[in-house]
Amino acid sequence: MTTPTATEEEQRGDAPAGVRQALRAGLQQFLAFASLLVIFVFFSILSPNFFNYGNITNILFSTVVIGTLALGTTFVIITGGIDLSIGTGMALCAVISGVLIVNAGVPLPLGVLGVLLFGALIGLVNGFNVAVLGLPPFIATLAMMLVAQGLALVLSNSTPIYFDQTPSYIDISIGSIIPGTNFPNAVIILAVAAVIAGVLLNKTVLGRYTYSIGSNEDATALSGIDVRRWKIVIYTLAGVFTGLAGIMISARLGSAQPATGMGYELQAIAAVVIGGTSLSGGKGSIVGTVIGALIISVLNNGLQIMSIPQEWQNVILGCVILLAVYADRARKSTTA
Amino acid sequence: MTETLLLEARGVGKSFPGVRALQDMHIELRRGEVLALVGENGAGKSTLMKLLSGIYTPDEGEFFLDGEPLRVSGPRDALEQGISIIHQEFNLMPDLTVAQNLFIGREPRAGRFFLGERALEERATELLERLHLPLKPRQRVGDLTVAKQQMVEIAKALSYEPRILIMDEPTAALNDAEVKVLHDLIRRFRGPDTGVIYISHRMDELKAISDRITVIRDGRYIDTLDTATTSMSEVISRMVGREIASGVGPEGVREDRPVVLSVRGLTTKELLKDVSFDLREGEILGFAGLMGAGRTEVARAIVGADPVESGTVELRGEPVRITSPADAARHRIGYLSEDRKNLGLLLEQDVNANIGLSSIRERFQKWGFVLDRPMKARSRELVDSLRIRTPSVDQTAKFLSGGNQQKVVIAKWLVKDCDILIFDEPTRGIDVGAKEEIYRLLNELAAQGKSIIMISSELPEVLRMSHRVVVMSEGRVTGQLEAAEATQESVMHLATLRPETEAVR
Repeated sequence: MTTPTATEEEQRGDAPAGVRQALRAGLQQFLAFASLLVIFVFFSILSPNFFNYGNITNILFSTVVIGTLALGTTFVIITGGIDLSIGTGMALCAVISGVLIVNAGVPLPLGVLGVLLFGALIGLVNGFNVAVLGLPPFIATLAMMLVAQGLALVLSNSTPIYFDQTPSYIDISIGSIIPGTNFPNAVIILAVAAVIAGVLLNKTVLGRYTYSIGSNEDATALSGIDVRRWKIVIYTLAGVFTGLAGIMISARLGSAQPATGMGYELQAIAAVVIGGTSLSGGKGSIVGTVIGALIISVLNNGLQIMSIPQEWQNVILGCVILLAVYADRARKSTTA
Repeated sequence: MTETLLLEARGVGKSFPGVRALQDMHIELRRGEVLALVGENGAGKSTLMKLLSGIYTPDEGEFFLDGEPLRVSGPRDALEQGISIIHQEFNLMPDLTVAQNLFIGREPRAGRFFLGERALEERATELLERLHLPLKPRQRVGDLTVAKQQMVEIAKALSYEPRILIMDEPTAALNDAEVKVLHDLIRRFRGPDTGVIYISHRMDELKAISDRITVIRDGRYIDTLDTATTSMSEVISRMVGREIASGVGPEGVREDRPVVLSVRGLTTKELLKDVSFDLREGEILGFAGLMGAGRTEVARAIVGADPVESGTVELRGEPVRITSPADAARHRIGYLSEDRKNLGLLLEQDVNANIGLSSIRERFQKWGFVLDRPMKARSRELVDSLRIRTPSVDQTAKFLSGGNQQKVVIAKWLVKDCDILIFDEPTRGIDVGAKEEIYRLLNELAAQGKSIIMISSELPEVLRMSHRVVVMSEGRVTGQLEAAEATQESVMHLATLRPETEAVR
């Protein structure tokens, strides 16, 4: 077929349409937050065990791992890419942490830094494969997912590494720097990570290019921006968050579990998507991702408290994802 | 009353929002003739094709087949009524074989569920033999040369045994020998009850194959001429014969202005052959040529968006190697794509983000943090000075009109302060008022000492704006004209030249 002539597509909406669109975009953020509240209130009414300090702390605590992964992968998804390697990459980083801190006896701060750098390395390789070799992100990170899982098992001889001898490592997650409380550090770390991610995405050149690449990669390249280089930077950044998640999960469990990790990437992607970030790129926010991660853990927690079997919890979570993405599409089709 | 016409269009018109693509169009195709249809880019030929294949329905007027009113509901229906159209772009599946492509959608069956591979091959062989085409049914179409793919298209079209064959620029990708094969095919097809509409720009071919020539321009019917008694310059003058918008072209740029960009022997794998030209400071260099002549490819090769096979680029006498648009931007060369929506703008982002995109790193950041206030201030300045109509710089780009979107893209490169700007179809799809503003802007930029390459398919625009005109045809430069020598006729003559071609690729 021949292409449509340029003249046909010139007729565009005018100013009021733009204002309406901006309002609707704000509404979407509000809607995500509102649905979080609704779910929250819903469980509070249905179960007396839901709304109390202990359980809320619990919910926040259980958001940490998925939330950390989701933060990093938000950047990748806004560029229009995807990162499937974050789940097993996290397990590999946990194992690296064990190897460094337990097996090799590296001092704690250095060990933690090493793990973050290793996470960055995983992301760097992903970025290279995607941006320089031109592999589709799905394939490049699928391969990395398998490589990471295999390496985690190899490096640990397929056995968990325990952090019993380094209680300060475990305290990174479950200790509390707020005196007199048992509010876990992990939640504070997630909050700080979210703020950093938010600043990076909204206030820096890196963030602007993340949106630009996702909006229109070709136009961004033709505007003189080195898209390859920035994609590598973005995947590497996602890798740092993977490393952080590896530390958080191993500190929380008190051990690095090499066989875990698979499936976390999908939960993280689900959180990003529920938060209104478009898988086709160009749109998304850190606030949305945090809300998305919270919705997932509130649902899990609430359903558990109501003694709904694990199997059904997944069914419900699946339906929530469908609903969230459908709502997003519906919103788009009314503004397009 | 003579015998009824095979196909007739009577007063056909078609409008799109803001444009009249066709009005009061007439076509008369007699039995057994080859009718050539010529017109500049955008004259309305493709709209006419789409009406005949049922993709569009006419707003006014009617088509007649054998004197009976003809209504077409879609491409399939057109085929069933005996009209086969071969579009300029192929509709072939490269991974399927010749036979599979020929009978796609009407594959012979074996039993209820299975495809009849053998029957398919037999029918394909028979068809190819009948048409004397040197193709094998089992060849993968993607492995064939463009010329042979074209043959597959033609065989497919003829396999429906149409009465009317319409070909849109069938020879754009063919060399002389291949054109001959095609013309033989057409001559064999032509019979007492069939006819061919042949759309082409190539004057030599029209002379060789057509009986009559219908000229259209700006969506209107102009004239129909007998090929035998008409000179080709008559055809060209009817094709272009309108007044230039306002006044004559600008004076040439003084020879003593330094050469800013010097391109020598630029060659790419696909299309470009030995393209050489100079661009002087403060000059607007027009690039004219027909669709597919390779003008956009030259621009993309210069800014490193496409790989180059050989050739050199010098900037102010210094040889440079530009391998990516990022390189080009560092050398202060900006390329404004013809495809504004897909390659120029971030449609979903606001005006400010679009204007700042190219220069954010060198102008609007500190320690990696975006300096929003100065960036917005600069954006506002440009919105004012270019008279971009937008409620604010926070407006999403997709809500601006085409002309204002184009100005946003221009603003982006003005912030970057480029020395060389390549405008590819800067006024495509823009209304007349906005065009004038873009022209004014180009002249101002040139007056400030910027060097501009302007690629345009609108001849009057090229003539009006350019200090010099480079004309291309089929990937080569066929001529360079000073403003004084550039006329519609001289440019069109060079643009329709078929450069010496080597044998089959």
